[in-house]
Amino acid sequence: MATTKGDSNVSREMVTVYIMGNAHKVPADATIMTALEYAGYQIKRGAGCREGFCGACGTVYRLPGDYRIYSGLACTKLVEENMWLSQLPAIPGNKAIYDLDELKANVATIQKLYPEVFRCVACNSCTKVCPQELEVMEYIQAAMRGDIERVMDLSFDCVACGLCAIRCPAEIIHYNVALLCRRLYGKYLSKESPELEARLNELKEKKYDKEYEELMNMNQEDMKKKYYDRDMEKS
Amino acid sequence: MYTDSMKKSIEVVAKTRQKRLELAKSGKPVFTPMTAEERETVLSNFHPDYKAESRRTVNVGPNKGESLTAEVSDILEAHSRIQPQLFDLSRPDYETDMLIIGGGGGGCAAAIIARQKGVKSIISTKLRLGDSNSMMSQGGMQAAVKPQDSPTRHYLDILGGGHFDNKPDLVRALTEDGADVVKWLEELGVVWDKNEDGSLQVLHGGGTSRKRMHSCRDYTGAIIMRTLMDEVRNHPDDISVLEFVPAVELILDNEGKCAGAVLYNLETEEYFIVKAKSTIIATGGYGRLHIRGFDTTNHYGATGDGLIMAYRAGANLLYMDSVQYHPTGSVFPEQISGFLITEKIRGAGGQPVNKEGELFVFPREPRDIESSAFIRECVERNKGIETPSGRWGVWLDSPLIDLIHGTGYIMRQFPAMHRQFFRYDIDIIKEPMLVYPTLHYQNGGIEINDRCESNIPGLYVAGEASGGLHGRNRLMGNSVLDYNVFGRRAGEYASGYVKSVKLKSLTLDHVDKYEKELNEAKIETDRVAPVILPSYTPEEVKNRQLTAHYEGTIR
Repeated sequence: MATTKGDSNVSREMVTVYIMGNAHKVPADATIMTALEYAGYQIKRGAGCREGFCGACGTVYRLPGDYRIYSGLACTKLVEENMWLSQLPAIPGNKAIYDLDELKANVATIQKLYPEVFRCVACNSCTKVCPQELEVMEYIQAAMRGDIERVMDLSFDCVACGLCAIRCPAEIIHYNVALLCRRLYGKYLSKESPELEARLNELKEKKYDKEYEELMNMNQEDMKKKYYDRDMEKS
Repeated sequence: MYTDSMKKSIEVVAKTRQKRLELAKSGKPVFTPMTAEERETVLSNFHPDYKAESRRTVNVGPNKGESLTAEVSDILEAHSRIQPQLFDLSRPDYETDMLIIGGGGGGCAAAIIARQKGVKSIISTKLRLGDSNSMMSQGGMQAAVKPQDSPTRHYLDILGGGHFDNKPDLVRALTEDGADVVKWLEELGVVWDKNEDGSLQVLHGGGTSRKRMHSCRDYTGAIIMRTLMDEVRNHPDDISVLEFVPAVELILDNEGKCAGAVLYNLETEEYFIVKAKSTIIATGGYGRLHIRGFDTTNHYGATGDGLIMAYRAGANLLYMDSVQYHPTGSVFPEQISGFLITEKIRGAGGQPVNKEGELFVFPREPRDIESSAFIRECVERNKGIETPSGRWGVWLDSPLIDLIHGTGYIMRQFPAMHRQFFRYDIDIIKEPMLVYPTLHYQNGGIEINDRCESNIPGLYVAGEASGGLHGRNRLMGNSVLDYNVFGRRAGEYASGYVKSVKLKSLTLDHVDKYEKELNEAKIETDRVAPVILPSYTPEEVKNRQLTAHYEGTIR
């Protein structure tokens, strides 16, 4: 590692990274995304939320003397000395078109919309590549059994970066299968809330109209008093 | 990962934890909430908005003469990206009933409702569909569903949080539609956190008098946003999506009605004319303007583009002097500085404490109050913790959460937060997080009524781009509800409008007129807006780009 002076006159530890093959000196504590920007790249594709939620910044890289291909999200993965990296601007992933109202929450739906799920060879490549460290193969196996609740549970934190889909020898689009199953669960399998139905009925009967009228016509002084006097539900 | 001096302070925090746990379990407030006077004092002394240099008068446009956030005045006093005479408006590239500018939660909700009303739409979005602040909300969505709660109580909490400046019709619409949005999203397949009996799990948020924050673990926004996107993608014949194609200027007709927009393809650098019977601005907020130099929680494209486009076309802005700093932005490690730490942490019992491990503020004051108290603790009382890069913060004591709710609660309810810190060898189950206020939300925006109508016929606004709902301070969980309620309303009312409207010939005269106004006000600047994307290119690099051409921040 070399140490150079940055523009803020603070000594920063620097490393060399190869951005699509070209060497750049970047701060050793940079994420891949900030390293790209430090090197002068204006990102258009390849950055979204920048905090690990949107999956826009899937990146692949190799390290010297290591045969493996690694991957991660550019916004959260730190650079390493002599890392050779390339961002993936977009990942082709077919999405099934469906009318959720006409689907059933069962294995037949998965068979019909994403038949390739059943080509899974249980190689675990998807799980190994997942930057969220999800049990991707486990949820694909659950999808094959029609265990939609388990797919929902295991895939809940998926950011849809698509890295699983490009590593899969069976060419499954895992994140779209997972999204379908979560929607099926939310709509058909999640228990209904009686309180919610009760409140919706009250609103339909316009139960709160009078209170709203009063509040909306209240002078600010009375409103302030009402606000500061209100009781608090225990935490 | 923590430095030695931080570790020492963490030991002190651990020593006071048991006592604070007992306090939390007592059910009483762990610290006395502030009175109206105390709130006013801490705000005026420590909130960044109250510093004189935070604001400056805008000298052009509908709000001329008003004192606004300085960075907002900057983008309003800026040149257009286009020269109107280059466009032949009689030959539009697209014609549609509805143009929706912005592919976040509000835009997608509007498109889904419009389709149900038989109206076709185009969504034009700067980055990918769903790349938005909607995707990033973690903690939850407020809605008055529980029997001990009511929509009018929600209304009262919002008004107090917003310093009574909120527009009553908007607050009523938000709170009255809340329960229906919970149901609508569930029918679209959103997986809400629920109890065994099917009842919805709820927690407190800052400024709430009842527990009404509904969540999807701490991926609430991601779950909702992906559901809405997926539904949009299920209707390719009715909803067209144009990605990496932001709008750069609105188009009017010669009667002053909104009639579409000029779009710019970021990749091919082509401009396109969209003629639309109605236009919805759902462009979100402005965190990437880095107001007062703050880090932001916002997504890469949050540059307030809708504000300036609507303003040039004659739309009024409301409360654009008010900025939301979220109390709990991360300050350490440096790589995640400014990142959001969800308010749900405090909703679940996490407490902010100083370097001595002492509570110094009620953990769930409204955001502006809480933030100001954090700043006071660091700046005035010198009880903050300094990071190696010279930032300051207070501790957010997360280990309390599992002590209150039982082992495993953090892993179940806060997977995103745990993951974010665990990458840097910090385990939030055992150690607190260091936090400081971070730029989070645009409290004001384009003025609308409860039908999402602006003062320009045919121009609707939904979500963070609009102003009035939150007054001068939004409460937690109301933004997720906001983009759903008003996205749906925009879709509905704009759909009604397109059935009768007749557009006349299209014009960009307002852009020329605005340019003249800049001249007359003697504003000399090379700023252009919409900003579109921030630039993080270092000066050293820029100095070597001798033949590069920049339009604003974009090369």
